[in-house]
Amino acid sequence: MPIGVLALQGDVREHIHLLTELGSTAVEVRTVEQLATCDALVIPGGESTTISKLLVNFGMLEPVKEFVSSKPVLGTCAGLILLSKEVVGRLPDQQLIGGLPITVQRNAYGGQTHSFEAEVDFSGVSETVAFIRAPKIVDVQGCEVIATLGGEPVAIRYGILFGATFHPELTGAKELHRQFLSAVESV
Amino acid sequence: MSQNKNEGTDLVKRGLAEMLKGGVIMDVVTPEQAKIAEDAGAVAVMALERVPADIRAEGGVARMSDPDLIDQIIDTVSIPVMAKARIGHFVEAQILEALEVDYIDESEVLSPADYLNHIDKWQFNVPFVCGATNLGEALRRITEGAAMIRSKGEAGTGDVSEAMKHIRTIRGEIASLSAKSPDELYVAAKELQAPYQLVKEVAETGKLPVVLFVAGGIATPADAALMMQLGADGVFVGSGIFKSGNPAERAKAIVKATTFYSDAKQVADASRGLGEAMVGINVADLPAPHRLAERGW
Repeated sequence: MPIGVLALQGDVREHIHLLTELGSTAVEVRTVEQLATCDALVIPGGESTTISKLLVNFGMLEPVKEFVSSKPVLGTCAGLILLSKEVVGRLPDQQLIGGLPITVQRNAYGGQTHSFEAEVDFSGVSETVAFIRAPKIVDVQGCEVIATLGGEPVAIRYGILFGATFHPELTGAKELHRQFLSAVESV
Repeated sequence: MSQNKNEGTDLVKRGLAEMLKGGVIMDVVTPEQAKIAEDAGAVAVMALERVPADIRAEGGVARMSDPDLIDQIIDTVSIPVMAKARIGHFVEAQILEALEVDYIDESEVLSPADYLNHIDKWQFNVPFVCGATNLGEALRRITEGAAMIRSKGEAGTGDVSEAMKHIRTIRGEIASLSAKSPDELYVAAKELQAPYQLVKEVAETGKLPVVLFVAGGIATPADAALMMQLGADGVFVGSGIFKSGNPAERAKAIVKATTFYSDAKQVADASRGLGEAMVGINVADLPAPHRLAERGW
Protein backbone atom coordinates (compact mmCIF):
# COMPACT_ATOMS: atom_id res chain seq x y z
CA MET A 1 0.00 0.00 0.00
CA PRO A 2 1.17 3.53 -0.68
CA ILE A 3 2.49 6.19 1.65
CA GLY A 4 0.08 9.07 2.09
CA VAL A 5 1.10 12.72 2.28
CA LEU A 6 -1.47 14.83 4.10
CA ALA A 7 -2.43 17.35 1.41
CA LEU A 8 -4.65 19.87 3.17
CA GLN A 9 -1.96 22.49 2.64
CA GLY A 10 1.84 22.81 2.52
CA ASP A 11 4.81 21.44 0.58
CA VAL A 12 3.12 18.19 -0.37
CA ARG A 13 4.72 17.94 -3.82
CA GLU A 14 8.29 17.95 -2.45
CA HIS A 15 7.56 15.07 -0.04
CA ILE A 16 5.94 13.03 -2.80
CA HIS A 17 8.95 13.69 -5.00
CA LEU A 18 11.40 12.58 -2.31
CA LEU A 19 9.41 9.43 -1.45
CA THR A 20 9.17 8.55 -5.14
CA GLU A 21 12.92 9.02 -5.57
CA LEU A 22 13.43 6.54 -2.75
CA GLY A 23 11.31 3.97 -4.57
CA SER A 24 8.01 4.34 -2.71
CA THR A 25 4.56 5.03 -4.05
CA ALA A 26 3.23 8.24 -2.54
CA VAL A 27 -0.29 9.67 -2.80
CA GLU A 28 -2.04 12.85 -1.69
CA VAL A 29 -4.45 12.43 1.23
CA ARG A 30 -7.32 14.86 1.76
CA THR A 31 -10.14 12.56 2.88
CA VAL A 32 -10.81 9.70 5.30
CA GLU A 33 -11.28 7.36 2.33
CA GLN A 34 -7.87 8.23 0.92
CA LEU A 35 -6.26 7.82 4.35
CA ALA A 36 -7.68 4.32 4.66
CA THR A 37 -5.72 3.22 1.58
CA CYS A 38 -2.34 4.12 3.14
CA ASP A 39 0.27 2.16 5.08
CA ALA A 40 2.00 5.19 6.48
CA LEU A 41 1.53 8.95 6.52
CA VAL A 42 3.73 12.01 6.10
CA ILE A 43 2.52 15.30 7.55
CA PRO A 44 4.37 17.93 5.51
CA GLY A 45 5.65 21.38 6.21
CA GLY A 46 3.09 24.14 5.96
CA GLU A 47 1.41 26.39 8.50
CA SER A 48 0.65 24.37 11.63
CA THR A 49 -2.15 26.73 12.69
CA THR A 50 -3.78 26.40 9.27
CA ILE A 51 -3.39 22.63 8.97
CA SER A 52 -4.82 22.21 12.47
CA LYS A 53 -7.89 24.33 11.61
CA LEU A 54 -8.38 22.41 8.38
CA LEU A 55 -8.12 19.02 10.15
CA VAL A 56 -10.97 20.16 12.42
CA ASN A 57 -13.05 21.89 9.73
CA PHE A 58 -12.82 18.92 7.35
CA GLY A 59 -13.46 16.22 9.99
CA MET A 60 -10.00 14.71 9.61
CA LEU A 61 -8.61 15.23 13.13
CA GLU A 62 -9.97 12.06 14.77
CA PRO A 63 -9.21 9.76 11.79
CA VAL A 64 -5.61 11.05 11.66
CA LYS A 65 -5.25 10.63 15.44
CA GLU A 66 -6.39 7.05 15.13
CA PHE A 67 -3.96 6.46 12.25
CA VAL A 68 -1.09 7.87 14.33
CA SER A 69 -1.90 5.46 17.18
CA SER A 70 -1.11 2.39 15.09
CA LYS A 71 0.79 3.25 11.89
CA PRO A 72 4.12 4.85 10.97
CA VAL A 73 3.94 8.64 10.65
CA LEU A 74 6.58 11.26 9.83
CA GLY A 75 6.05 14.97 10.51
CA THR A 76 8.35 17.77 9.32
CA CYS A 77 8.20 21.28 10.81
CA ALA A 78 4.44 21.99 10.96
CA GLY A 79 3.91 18.22 10.93
CA LEU A 80 6.20 17.81 13.96
CA ILE A 81 4.33 20.55 15.82
CA LEU A 82 1.01 18.81 15.17
CA LEU A 83 2.38 15.45 16.37
CA SER A 84 3.70 16.93 19.64
CA LYS A 85 2.14 16.55 23.05
CA GLU A 86 2.82 20.13 24.13
CA VAL A 87 3.46 23.27 22.11
CA VAL A 88 4.86 26.44 23.64
CA GLY A 89 3.28 29.43 21.91
CA ARG A 90 0.21 27.54 20.75
CA LEU A 91 -3.09 29.36 20.34
CA PRO A 92 -5.46 28.31 23.13
CA ASP A 93 -7.88 26.74 20.67
CA GLN A 94 -5.32 25.02 18.45
CA GLN A 95 -5.95 21.28 18.24
CA LEU A 96 -3.01 18.88 18.06
CA ILE A 97 -2.84 15.36 16.72
CA GLY A 98 -0.33 14.26 19.36
CA GLY A 99 1.49 10.93 19.47
CA LEU A 100 5.01 12.15 20.24
CA PRO A 101 5.58 12.78 23.98
CA ILE A 102 7.74 15.84 23.22
CA THR A 103 7.35 19.56 23.91
CA VAL A 104 8.16 21.97 21.08
CA GLN A 105 8.37 25.74 20.84
CA ARG A 106 6.92 27.34 17.71
CA ASN A 107 8.92 29.89 15.68
CA ALA A 108 11.75 29.33 18.14
CA TYR A 109 14.42 31.01 16.00
CA GLY A 110 12.24 34.05 15.18
CA GLY A 111 10.32 35.18 12.08
CA GLN A 112 11.15 34.55 8.45
CA THR A 113 14.23 36.82 8.40
CA HIS A 114 15.81 34.31 10.82
CA SER A 115 15.04 31.26 8.67
CA PHE A 116 18.25 29.51 7.61
CA GLU A 117 19.99 26.60 5.91
CA ALA A 118 22.37 24.44 7.94
CA GLU A 119 24.04 21.05 8.04
CA VAL A 120 22.48 18.65 10.49
CA ASP A 121 24.17 15.56 11.86
CA PHE A 122 22.46 12.14 11.64
CA SER A 123 25.02 10.28 13.84
CA GLY A 124 27.82 10.81 11.37
CA VAL A 125 25.78 11.43 8.20
CA SER A 126 25.77 15.14 7.49
CA GLU A 127 23.08 16.76 5.33
CA THR A 128 22.09 20.31 4.38
CA VAL A 129 18.47 21.12 5.21
CA ALA A 130 16.25 24.20 5.59
CA PHE A 131 14.82 25.60 8.82
CA ILE A 132 11.89 27.88 7.98
CA ARG A 133 10.13 29.68 10.84
CA ALA A 134 11.18 26.48 12.54
CA PRO A 135 10.24 25.11 15.95
CA LYS A 136 12.66 23.73 18.56
CA ILE A 137 12.25 20.54 20.52
CA VAL A 138 12.56 21.79 24.10
CA ASP A 139 11.86 18.46 25.82
CA VAL A 140 12.54 15.12 24.07
CA GLN A 141 10.89 13.02 26.84
CA GLY A 142 12.67 9.75 26.17
CA CYS A 143 12.49 9.86 22.39
CA GLU A 144 15.49 8.66 20.42
CA VAL A 145 17.35 11.65 18.99
CA ILE A 146 18.28 10.87 15.37
CA ALA A 147 19.67 14.24 14.22
CA THR A 148 21.23 17.24 15.92
CA LEU A 149 22.25 20.80 15.11
CA GLY A 150 25.02 22.20 17.31
CA GLY A 151 24.24 19.47 19.84
CA GLU A 152 20.51 20.28 20.03
CA PRO A 153 17.93 17.68 18.96
CA VAL A 154 16.30 18.50 15.59
CA ALA A 155 14.92 15.08 14.60
CA ILE A 156 13.56 12.36 16.84
CA ARG A 157 12.03 8.92 16.71
CA TYR A 158 9.48 7.37 19.07
CA GLY A 159 8.72 3.81 17.99
CA ILE A 160 7.26 4.14 14.49
CA LEU A 161 6.68 7.91 14.79
CA PHE A 162 9.29 10.27 13.35
CA GLY A 163 9.58 14.04 13.52
CA ALA A 164 11.95 16.79 12.43
CA THR A 165 12.01 20.54 13.01
CA PHE A 166 13.50 21.13 9.54
CA HIS A 167 12.65 20.51 5.88
CA PRO A 168 14.73 17.75 4.28
CA GLU A 169 12.28 17.79 1.37
CA LEU A 170 13.35 21.27 0.23
CA THR A 171 17.00 20.35 -0.25
CA GLY A 172 16.35 16.73 -1.23
CA ALA A 173 18.17 15.40 1.86
CA LYS A 174 17.21 11.74 2.04
CA GLU A 175 18.40 10.35 5.37
CA LEU A 176 15.26 11.09 7.41
CA HIS A 177 12.93 9.62 4.80
CA ARG A 178 15.26 6.64 4.39
CA GLN A 179 15.07 5.85 8.11
CA PHE A 180 11.30 6.36 8.07
CA LEU A 181 10.82 4.03 5.08
CA SER A 182 12.93 1.33 6.71
CA ALA A 183 10.66 1.58 9.78
CA VAL A 184 7.61 1.36 7.48
CA GLU A 185 8.99 -1.81 5.92
CA SER A 186 9.71 -3.48 9.25
CA VAL A 187 6.18 -2.92 10.61
CA MET B 1 25.73 29.11 19.05
CA SER B 2 26.28 29.84 15.39
CA GLN B 3 26.87 26.58 13.60
CA ASN B 4 27.04 27.84 10.02
CA LYS B 5 23.46 29.00 9.79
CA ASN B 6 22.93 30.67 6.44
CA GLU B 7 20.07 33.16 6.72
CA GLY B 8 18.30 34.87 3.84
CA THR B 9 19.35 32.36 1.17
CA ASP B 10 17.31 31.82 -2.00
CA LEU B 11 16.28 28.46 -0.64
CA VAL B 12 14.83 29.76 2.63
CA LYS B 13 13.17 32.74 0.93
CA ARG B 14 11.53 30.57 -1.69
CA GLY B 15 10.99 27.85 0.91
CA LEU B 16 8.49 29.86 2.96
CA ALA B 17 6.35 30.28 -0.14
CA GLU B 18 6.52 26.50 -0.64
CA MET B 19 4.97 26.14 2.84
CA LEU B 20 2.06 28.37 1.82
CA LYS B 21 1.09 26.20 -1.16
CA GLY B 22 -2.51 25.07 -1.37
CA GLY B 23 -3.46 27.97 0.85
CA VAL B 24 -5.32 31.27 0.83
CA ILE B 25 -3.65 34.57 1.72
CA MET B 26 -6.18 37.17 2.85
CA ASP B 27 -6.06 40.98 2.90
CA VAL B 28 -6.86 42.36 6.37
CA VAL B 29 -7.03 45.94 7.64
CA THR B 30 -7.48 45.36 11.41
CA PRO B 31 -6.25 42.84 14.00
CA GLU B 32 -9.87 41.62 14.32
CA GLN B 33 -10.00 40.80 10.62
CA ALA B 34 -6.62 39.07 10.91
CA LYS B 35 -8.06 36.84 13.63
CA ILE B 36 -11.12 36.02 11.50
CA ALA B 37 -8.80 35.13 8.61
CA GLU B 38 -6.61 32.91 10.80
CA ASP B 39 -9.66 31.16 12.29
CA ALA B 40 -11.00 30.50 8.80
CA GLY B 41 -7.78 28.69 7.87
CA ALA B 42 -5.86 31.41 5.99
CA VAL B 43 -2.26 30.45 5.45
CA ALA B 44 -1.03 34.05 5.82
CA VAL B 45 -2.48 37.54 6.03
CA MET B 46 -1.63 40.69 4.09
CA ALA B 47 -1.69 43.63 6.51
CA LEU B 48 -2.81 46.87 4.89
CA GLU B 49 -4.73 50.06 5.67
CA ARG B 50 -7.27 49.87 2.88
CA VAL B 51 -8.32 46.92 0.74
CA PRO B 52 -7.92 47.48 -3.01
CA ALA B 53 -11.66 48.13 -3.49
CA ASP B 54 -11.42 51.09 -1.09
CA ILE B 55 -8.17 52.34 -2.61
CA ARG B 56 -9.99 52.31 -5.92
CA ALA B 57 -13.07 54.08 -4.52
CA GLU B 58 -11.21 56.73 -2.51
CA GLY B 59 -8.37 57.42 -4.94
CA GLY B 60 -5.29 59.40 -3.90
CA VAL B 61 -1.78 58.06 -3.31
CA ALA B 62 -1.74 54.64 -1.67
CA ARG B 63 1.33 53.93 0.49
CA MET B 64 2.80 51.41 2.95
CA SER B 65 0.66 50.87 6.06
CA ASP B 66 1.33 52.44 9.47
CA PRO B 67 3.91 50.32 11.37
CA ASP B 68 1.61 50.35 14.43
CA LEU B 69 -1.07 48.54 12.45
CA ILE B 70 1.42 46.00 11.12
CA ASP B 71 2.81 45.40 14.64
CA GLN B 72 -0.68 44.85 16.02
CA ILE B 73 -1.48 42.33 13.32
CA ILE B 74 1.84 40.50 13.84
CA ASP B 75 1.02 40.31 17.57
CA THR B 76 -2.49 39.01 16.91
CA VAL B 77 -1.85 36.00 14.68
CA SER B 78 0.61 33.13 14.57
CA ILE B 79 0.48 32.64 10.78
CA PRO B 80 2.90 34.61 8.56
CA VAL B 81 2.18 38.31 8.05
CA MET B 82 2.87 40.00 4.73
CA ALA B 83 2.79 43.72 4.01
CA LYS B 84 2.91 45.85 0.88
CA ALA B 85 5.55 48.32 -0.25
CA ARG B 86 5.21 50.61 -3.27
CA ILE B 87 6.95 49.48 -6.46
CA GLY B 88 10.53 50.75 -6.28
CA HIS B 89 10.19 52.18 -2.75
CA PHE B 90 13.11 50.41 -1.13
CA VAL B 91 12.90 52.43 2.07
CA GLU B 92 9.35 51.24 2.69
CA ALA B 93 10.78 47.75 2.18
CA GLN B 94 13.60 48.46 4.66
CA ILE B 95 10.98 49.57 7.20
CA LEU B 96 8.91 46.43 6.65
CA GLU B 97 12.01 44.28 7.07
CA ALA B 98 12.84 46.11 10.31
CA LEU B 99 9.29 45.36 11.52
CA GLU B 100 10.07 41.68 10.82
CA VAL B 101 7.16 41.02 8.51
CA ASP B 102 7.48 37.54 6.99
CA TYR B 103 7.03 38.59 3.35
CA ILE B 104 6.97 41.90 1.46
CA ASP B 105 4.61 42.37 -1.47
CA GLU B 106 6.08 44.92 -3.90
CA SER B 107 2.64 45.77 -5.13
CA GLU B 108 0.97 47.57 -8.00
CA VAL B 109 -2.05 48.03 -5.73
CA LEU B 110 -0.13 50.88 -4.07
CA SER B 111 0.96 53.93 -6.07
CA PRO B 112 4.34 53.21 -7.70
CA ALA B 113 7.29 55.17 -6.28
CA ASP B 114 9.52 54.50 -9.29
CA TYR B 115 8.26 54.18 -12.84
CA LEU B 116 11.54 52.69 -14.08
CA ASN B 117 13.03 50.42 -11.46
CA HIS B 118 11.69 47.84 -9.09
CA ILE B 119 13.34 47.21 -5.71
CA ASP B 120 16.66 45.33 -5.78
CA LYS B 121 15.31 42.51 -3.69
CA TRP B 122 18.64 40.69 -3.33
CA GLN B 123 19.61 43.34 -0.74
CA PHE B 124 17.09 41.97 1.75
CA ASN B 125 16.87 38.96 4.08
CA VAL B 126 13.09 39.11 4.02
CA PRO B 127 11.55 37.47 0.94
CA PHE B 128 9.47 39.34 -1.64
CA VAL B 129 6.40 38.45 -3.66
CA CYS B 130 5.77 40.43 -6.86
CA GLY B 131 2.93 40.63 -9.36
CA ALA B 132 3.17 39.63 -13.01
CA THR B 133 0.84 39.62 -15.98
CA ASN B 134 3.02 37.43 -18.20
CA LEU B 135 6.08 35.18 -18.12
CA GLY B 136 8.60 37.86 -19.08
CA GLU B 137 7.44 40.09 -16.24
CA ALA B 138 7.58 37.17 -13.78
CA LEU B 139 11.15 36.31 -14.85
CA ARG B 140 12.28 39.95 -14.58
CA ARG B 141 10.95 40.07 -11.00
CA ILE B 142 12.71 36.77 -10.18
CA THR B 143 15.91 38.22 -11.66
CA GLU B 144 15.54 41.15 -9.24
CA GLY B 145 15.22 38.66 -6.36
CA ALA B 146 11.49 37.94 -5.99
CA ALA B 147 11.02 34.63 -4.15
CA MET B 148 7.34 34.21 -5.07
CA ILE B 149 5.18 35.40 -7.95
CA ARG B 150 1.50 36.18 -7.97
CA SER B 151 -0.34 36.83 -11.17
CA LYS B 152 -1.85 40.31 -10.87
CA GLY B 153 -5.43 40.04 -12.00
CA GLU B 154 -7.27 43.31 -11.41
CA ALA B 155 -7.35 44.02 -7.67
CA GLY B 156 -10.45 45.41 -6.00
CA THR B 157 -12.89 44.47 -8.73
CA GLY B 158 -14.30 41.07 -7.82
CA ASP B 159 -14.01 40.33 -11.56
CA VAL B 160 -11.95 37.19 -12.09
CA SER B 161 -11.41 37.70 -15.85
CA GLU B 162 -8.01 39.41 -15.57
CA ALA B 163 -6.71 36.81 -13.10
CA MET B 164 -7.83 34.23 -15.64
CA LYS B 165 -6.03 36.01 -18.46
CA HIS B 166 -2.78 36.32 -16.50
CA ILE B 167 -2.55 32.75 -15.20
CA ARG B 168 -3.44 31.40 -18.64
CA THR B 169 -0.84 33.66 -20.24
CA ILE B 170 1.92 32.64 -17.84
CA ARG B 171 1.11 28.92 -18.05
CA GLY B 172 0.77 29.10 -21.83
CA GLU B 173 4.08 30.89 -22.28
CA ILE B 174 5.82 28.31 -20.08
CA ALA B 175 4.32 25.48 -22.13
CA SER B 176 5.44 27.07 -25.39
CA LEU B 177 8.97 27.58 -24.00
CA SER B 178 9.12 23.90 -23.09
CA ALA B 179 8.20 23.01 -26.66
CA LYS B 180 11.11 24.97 -28.13
CA SER B 181 14.38 23.39 -29.16
CA PRO B 182 17.49 24.56 -27.25
CA ASP B 183 18.73 26.77 -30.09
CA GLU B 184 15.48 28.74 -30.07
CA LEU B 185 15.82 29.75 -26.43
CA TYR B 186 18.25 32.60 -27.13
CA VAL B 187 15.66 34.46 -29.15
CA ALA B 188 12.98 33.46 -26.64
CA ALA B 189 15.05 35.14 -23.90
CA LYS B 190 15.32 38.27 -26.03
CA GLU B 191 11.59 38.34 -26.64
CA LEU B 192 10.75 37.70 -22.98
CA GLN B 193 13.29 40.37 -21.95
CA ALA B 194 14.62 37.96 -19.35
CA PRO B 195 18.04 36.37 -18.74
CA TYR B 196 18.86 33.37 -20.90
CA GLN B 197 19.84 31.10 -17.96
CA LEU B 198 16.48 31.62 -16.29
CA VAL B 199 14.60 31.11 -19.57
CA LYS B 200 16.52 27.88 -20.14
CA GLU B 201 15.70 26.67 -16.61
CA VAL B 202 11.96 27.32 -17.13
CA ALA B 203 12.06 25.58 -20.52
CA GLU B 204 13.71 22.51 -18.99
CA THR B 205 11.62 22.22 -15.83
CA GLY B 206 8.31 23.37 -17.30
CA LYS B 207 7.65 25.64 -14.32
CA LEU B 208 8.78 28.81 -12.61
CA PRO B 209 11.64 28.37 -10.12
CA VAL B 210 9.38 29.95 -7.45
CA VAL B 211 5.84 29.40 -6.23
CA LEU B 212 3.08 30.94 -8.36
CA PHE B 213 -0.08 32.23 -6.66
CA VAL B 214 -3.01 34.00 -8.28
CA ALA B 215 -4.48 37.35 -7.19
CA GLY B 216 -6.85 40.07 -8.25
CA GLY B 217 -10.61 39.69 -8.50
CA ILE B 218 -11.17 36.39 -6.67
CA ALA B 219 -14.46 36.69 -4.78
CA THR B 220 -16.11 33.26 -4.55
CA PRO B 221 -15.17 29.65 -3.70
CA ALA B 222 -15.69 28.81 -7.37
CA ASP B 223 -13.23 31.54 -8.41
CA ALA B 224 -10.59 30.07 -6.07
CA ALA B 225 -11.14 26.50 -7.33
CA LEU B 226 -11.00 27.78 -10.92
CA MET B 227 -7.56 29.29 -10.35
CA MET B 228 -6.30 26.12 -8.64
CA GLN B 229 -7.52 23.97 -11.54
CA LEU B 230 -5.64 26.27 -13.90
CA GLY B 231 -2.42 25.45 -12.06
CA ALA B 232 -2.08 28.08 -9.34
CA ASP B 233 -0.16 27.03 -6.22
CA GLY B 234 -2.56 29.06 -4.06
CA VAL B 235 -4.65 32.23 -4.05
CA PHE B 236 -4.66 35.76 -2.66
CA VAL B 237 -8.07 37.15 -1.79
CA GLY B 238 -8.17 40.88 -1.23
CA SER B 239 -11.42 42.76 -1.11
CA GLY B 240 -13.44 39.61 -1.85
CA ILE B 241 -13.76 38.54 1.78
CA PHE B 242 -14.16 41.62 3.94
CA LYS B 243 -16.27 43.45 1.34
CA SER B 244 -18.81 40.61 1.34
CA GLY B 245 -21.92 40.05 3.45
CA ASN B 246 -20.49 37.36 5.73
CA PRO B 247 -16.67 37.51 5.84
CA ALA B 248 -16.07 34.67 8.35
CA GLU B 249 -18.16 32.16 6.41
CA ARG B 250 -16.90 33.30 3.02
CA ALA B 251 -13.30 33.08 4.19
CA LYS B 252 -13.84 29.51 5.38
CA ALA B 253 -15.62 28.58 2.17
CA ILE B 254 -12.84 29.95 -0.05
CA VAL B 255 -10.28 27.99 1.98
CA LYS B 256 -12.32 24.80 1.58
CA ALA B 257 -12.70 25.29 -2.16
CA THR B 258 -8.96 25.89 -2.47
CA THR B 259 -8.12 22.62 -0.69
CA PHE B 260 -10.73 20.49 -2.51
CA TYR B 261 -10.47 22.39 -5.78
CA SER B 262 -10.94 19.36 -8.00
CA ASP B 263 -13.93 17.96 -6.07
CA ALA B 264 -17.02 19.69 -7.46
CA LYS B 265 -19.28 18.39 -4.66
CA GLN B 266 -17.06 19.95 -2.00
CA VAL B 267 -16.83 23.22 -3.93
CA ALA B 268 -20.63 23.18 -4.30
CA ASP B 269 -20.99 22.70 -0.53
CA ALA B 270 -18.56 25.52 0.10
CA SER B 271 -20.62 27.79 -2.17
CA ARG B 272 -23.90 27.43 -0.24
CA GLY B 273 -25.51 30.14 1.87
CA LEU B 274 -22.70 32.67 1.87
CA GLY B 275 -24.88 35.75 1.52
CA GLU B 276 -23.85 38.55 -0.75
CA ALA B 277 -20.53 38.51 -2.56
CA MET B 278 -18.74 41.82 -3.01
CA VAL B 279 -20.61 43.96 -5.51
CA GLY B 280 -17.69 44.29 -7.87
CA ILE B 281 -16.85 46.22 -10.99
CA ASN B 282 -16.46 44.78 -14.48
CA VAL B 283 -12.88 45.30 -15.57
CA ALA B 284 -14.14 46.20 -19.06
CA ASP B 285 -15.89 49.24 -17.52
CA LEU B 286 -12.67 50.52 -15.94
CA PRO B 287 -10.96 53.30 -17.83
CA ALA B 288 -7.33 52.42 -18.58
CA PRO B 289 -5.73 54.80 -16.02
CA HIS B 290 -7.60 52.97 -13.25
CA ARG B 291 -6.27 49.54 -14.15
CA LEU B 292 -3.73 48.54 -11.54
CA ALA B 293 -2.35 45.55 -13.46
CA GLU B 294 -0.72 47.94 -15.93
CA ARG B 295 1.54 49.27 -13.19
CA GLY B 296 4.87 47.43 -13.19
CA TRP B 297 6.65 46.30 -16.31
